[in-house]
Amino acid sequence: MINESAKRNRKTAMIVSGVVAGMVAMSFAAVPAYRAFCQVTGWGGTVQRADAGAREVLDRPITVRFDAAVNNGLSWRFKPEQVSQSLKIGETKLAFFEAENQSSRPVTGRASFNVTPAKAGIYFKKIECFCFTEQTLEPGERVSMPVTYFIDPKLADDPNLDDVQTITLAYTFFPWETSGGGGDAAAE
Amino acid sequence: MADAQAHGAHHDAHDHTPPFFVRWFFSTNHKDIGTLYLIFAIIAGIVGGAMSGLMRWELAEPGVTILTHWTAANPADVQPDEYTAAYNFYNVLTTYHGLIMIFFMVMPALIGGVGNWFVPIMIGAPDMAFPRMNNISFWLYGASGILITMSLFVPGYGSNLGFGGGWVLYPPLSSATGNPGPAMDLLILSLHLAGASSILGAINFITTIFNMRAPGMTLHKMPLFAWAVLVTAFLLVLSLPVLAGAITMLLTDRNFGTSFFDAAGGGDPLLFQHLFWFFGHPEVYILILPAFGIISHIVSTFSRKPIFGYLGMAYAMVAIGFVGFIVWAHHMYTVGLSVNMKAYFVAATMVIAVPTGIKIFSWIATMWGGSIQFKTPMVWAIGFIFLFTVGGVTGVLLANAGIDHYMHDTYYVVAHFHYVLSLGAVFGIFAGWYYWFPKMTGKMYREWLGQLHFWVMFIGVNLIFFPQHFLGLQGMPRRYIDYPEAFAYWHGVSSLGYAVTLVGMAVFLVAMIDAFFIYRKKAAANPWGEGATTLEWTLPSPPPFHQFNELPRFDKNAAEFH
Repeated sequence: MINESAKRNRKTAMIVSGVVAGMVAMSFAAVPAYRAFCQVTGWGGTVQRADAGAREVLDRPITVRFDAAVNNGLSWRFKPEQVSQSLKIGETKLAFFEAENQSSRPVTGRASFNVTPAKAGIYFKKIECFCFTEQTLEPGERVSMPVTYFIDPKLADDPNLDDVQTITLAYTFFPWETSGGGGDAAAE
Repeated sequence: MADAQAHGAHHDAHDHTPPFFVRWFFSTNHKDIGTLYLIFAIIAGIVGGAMSGLMRWELAEPGVTILTHWTAANPADVQPDEYTAAYNFYNVLTTYHGLIMIFFMVMPALIGGVGNWFVPIMIGAPDMAFPRMNNISFWLYGASGILITMSLFVPGYGSNLGFGGGWVLYPPLSSATGNPGPAMDLLILSLHLAGASSILGAINFITTIFNMRAPGMTLHKMPLFAWAVLVTAFLLVLSLPVLAGAITMLLTDRNFGTSFFDAAGGGDPLLFQHLFWFFGHPEVYILILPAFGIISHIVSTFSRKPIFGYLGMAYAMVAIGFVGFIVWAHHMYTVGLSVNMKAYFVAATMVIAVPTGIKIFSWIATMWGGSIQFKTPMVWAIGFIFLFTVGGVTGVLLANAGIDHYMHDTYYVVAHFHYVLSLGAVFGIFAGWYYWFPKMTGKMYREWLGQLHFWVMFIGVNLIFFPQHFLGLQGMPRRYIDYPEAFAYWHGVSSLGYAVTLVGMAVFLVAMIDAFFIYRKKAAANPWGEGATTLEWTLPSPPPFHQFNELPRFDKNAAEFH
């Protein structure tokens, strides 16, 4: 009788412990799932990649503004070479950002990016971008870095984007090697 | 572990208690562990309450005038860095007040304390399923309490002590960027232990309730408090591991070079908010559901009627628990969710008002036509229903994303969640305390002291928190040590309310000292009369060290035991 109920209790406890383990696993699975979700849906202003430009160009004009920032841990100067560009939706455009390594050693950085308003993320397509790979600058080196992009004509079909006349594309450069050691960089 | 019960069954029930140290430190008895939890909760409540006292004292008038007494060498001539330390101290107070009240006061009181004491008795079980695991649960809480206390006294940011980033622990404030010091690490470890303790406790409750009900007591005849604890235990099991996962990621981000929440390494700080609130929203139901159960018992007892709509009440709690998992993003309307997302979370959040409404109306329907006695537990329960409803209404208001963009992080939100928790859950705790005090201690308290405690406290807490609605509507943000003159009037009233509440707590203290040492009136097995139908009232007060050596049996066709 006692053994019977002890066995039953142990079974229940094992099942519930399994649920706990499952929830821990799910919380970690949320990390790649969240990233994939943002990439697919463009939520949070996640911009998209494309292999080729749009098939059609609409008569709707739009302004793209550029923003550049550098993390404290990176001794670079980084700024857009044009404040904004006016283009038609569907038109492929080329923009340049200027970066200069102000330190006395070669430094590698990588840019994170998104667009504002966030709802435009899914329609903002980059064909080529300096942000796809990490960039290494020699001491004092100054480079002009290109980004090729277009606005997907599907934007015109989305009523939620009827009010969008300006999209801001923002980059933040982070140090690449020390990206893992955020603790050290921040402890200063 | 069930052997322990088998041994217990051989002992003579009444007189055989272990010696002091073994009884209280190696305890495996659910009633003793419940008592330990209650003592723990009272101590934590005093600490957390003192912290809110410091905050209200500082906020009584504009300007930074009070906390500098703790941070400045010479309070008459405060240096700039001493002001900074005072600002940090204030933020630390808000952070730890929240964490202590949630994790170390309400949860131990309702789940560990009242739950341990009465769930086994109500379902006719001799003890919990795993008595030794129960002991581990409690002492993990003790270790967790030590860690959070330590984290108060070590550096968080620069030389400032403690973590001041808010109880929600959002990165980058909580990551190495915002608070590189060890305070945050200790806090994370403390929450790990508290979480592990609660998960073990939840496993114990689920096993006990599923497997150890007395013969004839089906789930649909189980008292509503046991139902409440069962649903709570499931919420704990499903939500706490997610918090544990999130703060583990935070810990590795801080110390081991990962970048789950660090944009520099491709992470996203917003992910933490999603994970946190996936835990955080069920957590608020974890805090309130046991109080719902307590209120059901009290309203039924003092109306001398069975609870109205028993099954509806039980499944309303299940529904609240379920919906609680799919509304988390209503805490983060301002992070840039799309319009459609917000529309979903608004609708889902408002759905919660339906099962909650079922509960409120069923309590009122139970009272309707009942032979009501306004004894101390009953006035606390009615106070609970009133205050919780006020908090629920402001909750429906805040559920609207459009309104929330204006209200987010204002005192309106502070007023809302204090009405449901500080006034709701805490009034539920006091209602339960006065209801079961005679049962737990075997002593009666003086009725008029309990009534006085209620009225002073009721006026006090309303004075504190009702004006905070006005402050929020006027635009006063949360978590600030100082404010412009324009907010001074209602802040002054709010701080006055704290003073009144403090008097109420003094009355409580007097009532307890009186009950133990002066009044010393023995409590009958059932001091509340025919309305009290659950099993604990069939045992003497206090119950024997081991109860139900002979399991109570129920006729399957009999009415429910609630």
